[in-house]
Amino acid sequence: MGRSGHAIQITLRDGAVLSFLLFISFSAISRTWTVGPGGELSSIRSAIQLASHGDTIRILPGIYREGNLIIQKSITLIGTEYPVMDGESKYEILTIAAPNVSIIGLKFINTGVGSINDIAAIKALESRRLKVINNLFENTFFGIYLSNSVGCLIEKNILQSNIDAEQIGNGIHAWKCDSITIRNNKVSGHRDGIYFEFVTHSQVENNFSHHNMRYGLHFMFSHNDDYRSNIFQNNGAGVAVMYTVGVHMKGNRFEDNWGSASFGLLLKDIRDSNIEKNFFSRNTTGIYMEGSSRCKFDENTFDQNGWAVKIQANCDGNDFTKNTFTANTFDMATNGSLVLNTIDHNYWDKYEGYDLNKDGVGDVPYHPVSLYSMVVEKMPSAVMLWRSFLVYLLDRTEKVVPSITPESLNDVHPLMRMAR
Amino acid sequence: MIKIAKYVMYDILRNRFVMLYTVFLLVVTLSMFSLDNDPGKATLSLLNIILLVVPLVSIIFTTIHFFNSYEFIELLLAQPVNRKTIFFAEFIAIAFALSCAFVIGVALPMLLINFTDSTLYLVLAGLLLTFVFVALAFGASVSTRDKAKAIGVTLLFWFYFTLIYDGLILYVIYSFSDYPLEKVTLALVSLNPIDLARIIILLKLDLSALMGYTGAFYKNFFGSSLGITYSLLLLVAWTLVPLILAMRKFVRKDI
Repeated sequence: MGRSGHAIQITLRDGAVLSFLLFISFSAISRTWTVGPGGELSSIRSAIQLASHGDTIRILPGIYREGNLIIQKSITLIGTEYPVMDGESKYEILTIAAPNVSIIGLKFINTGVGSINDIAAIKALESRRLKVINNLFENTFFGIYLSNSVGCLIEKNILQSNIDAEQIGNGIHAWKCDSITIRNNKVSGHRDGIYFEFVTHSQVENNFSHHNMRYGLHFMFSHNDDYRSNIFQNNGAGVAVMYTVGVHMKGNRFEDNWGSASFGLLLKDIRDSNIEKNFFSRNTTGIYMEGSSRCKFDENTFDQNGWAVKIQANCDGNDFTKNTFTANTFDMATNGSLVLNTIDHNYWDKYEGYDLNKDGVGDVPYHPVSLYSMVVEKMPSAVMLWRSFLVYLLDRTEKVVPSITPESLNDVHPLMRMAR
Repeated sequence: MIKIAKYVMYDILRNRFVMLYTVFLLVVTLSMFSLDNDPGKATLSLLNIILLVVPLVSIIFTTIHFFNSYEFIELLLAQPVNRKTIFFAEFIAIAFALSCAFVIGVALPMLLINFTDSTLYLVLAGLLLTFVFVALAFGASVSTRDKAKAIGVTLLFWFYFTLIYDGLILYVIYSFSDYPLEKVTLALVSLNPIDLARIIILLKLDLSALMGYTGAFYKNFFGSSLGITYSLLLLVAWTLVPLILAMRKFVRKDI
């Protein structure tokens, strides 16, 4: 009896607070609180306590060591000249559990490190329309961590971490999110630059993810997302995307991913996706695909890769059209003789056919899988004999009389000039 | 020694073959670069020329020249000149003439048109291959009495190093593909000057492909300055060892 009375009391009080807030928001414009030396408040924590929905907290330059700040109101934090939020290598810095929060112009350094908790500089829990704009992150375990959030915008942030640290988290990490936008960020030195798991209908644009320990971009079960004009460079294992339907990748650059387990773009169980106008350069393997179906590869450029495309025999219904292959050691490799993919109208710099009717399409099919690429696939040591006269003869013979390479894996209409 | 070498040089220049060789190399190099817009591809095509033509011409020309100047050598031997001196003079003259042809025909135009790391190594490899195969030809010529036989032996050398040896390596790799073969292939490759030259250039041209699992091993080895020095020193050894053996045979030979 007493307990229920208590509960009623609280609701009543909450109601009073709410109506008070409503009153404030109607009667006055949202307030601005200033924190820092020379401001009205000295700590961000007290500002957050005093602020109400819709308020703005201005943070003046300085170093703020306030442990873990939890934001449960729709407020905006704006830093002047990047005030430093120091996690003292112990704390998660900002935890956000409210809609319409904006974090602008702050610098986050030294978050804690955890093997059980994913400690982040900014963590959003079930947040909506969070905006994280123009912040700097240095030496953070996880940079920005979105969990079960919708409609967030992550823009113009620079995330940099120490790759040599014993434990390292992801730069921008999103789990179970929808309709988020990530653009114009720079991420380096993290485990994965951008990590998505169960993230749908999202945009990733113009980001630069480089020198990360594992993947520049890594996603799983993240359907119907758009990746445009990003640069993924020099990451430990390149970019790996898995178990996803409806991936759209356009105008990205995948560069300098070197190593046997490193791929420009690894596609595992990707279906019904478009990969167009991307640029793959100087990777050990440009695209590696496994168990992927019905993907379209249009107008991509593969330049100076070890293997431009490695397509496992368990891929089907994929379409390679109007791609450009130049200066790759091997254009294509596969591990079986079954070919269920279409390769047509691509430009291959190794093509040696002719075009009698001058329609820009070669009259003899091109076989992109060379004998020796199959040999090297089976016996990696044999790569040492590449470009020797013997290998040249072997490849020639195989071209004339294909016996080992899959005969049906060919481009019937190879272009004579690069597609524009 | 220099004096004798000079006379031998005159003789070589008189018979025009080296001139033709120079012109041939020059025409090939220039046409490769003018046919292909991509200088990288032209370098690749030239790699094949260098790995095949340079050893072949070096080894055949040296043998033929040695036997053609047999009477001249006999005449010199009648004079109070050390046999070693005569031998080295012959070697220096021929190696120098062929290197000149290579430098004028390939190195200069290539370095002028497209100066990169890979072209630099290509030139270096070409020069060293010239020396190696001139030395091998001397070995073959000194060991046989008959010109036809010597040419046969040298052709066999060429055939062995360009084709047969690689076939054997491939066979070894194939038969023992279940074992880690990195070090074994490394050792095997060291036993063939053409492979050594090829790998030096391969490291510059196909770096991405070599970054795979085994490739990385070779890259770590050959890509380091130690590896480059190792392969260059081995190529020098490939010149010196046959040369010294041939010299010792020549000194004792009953001509």
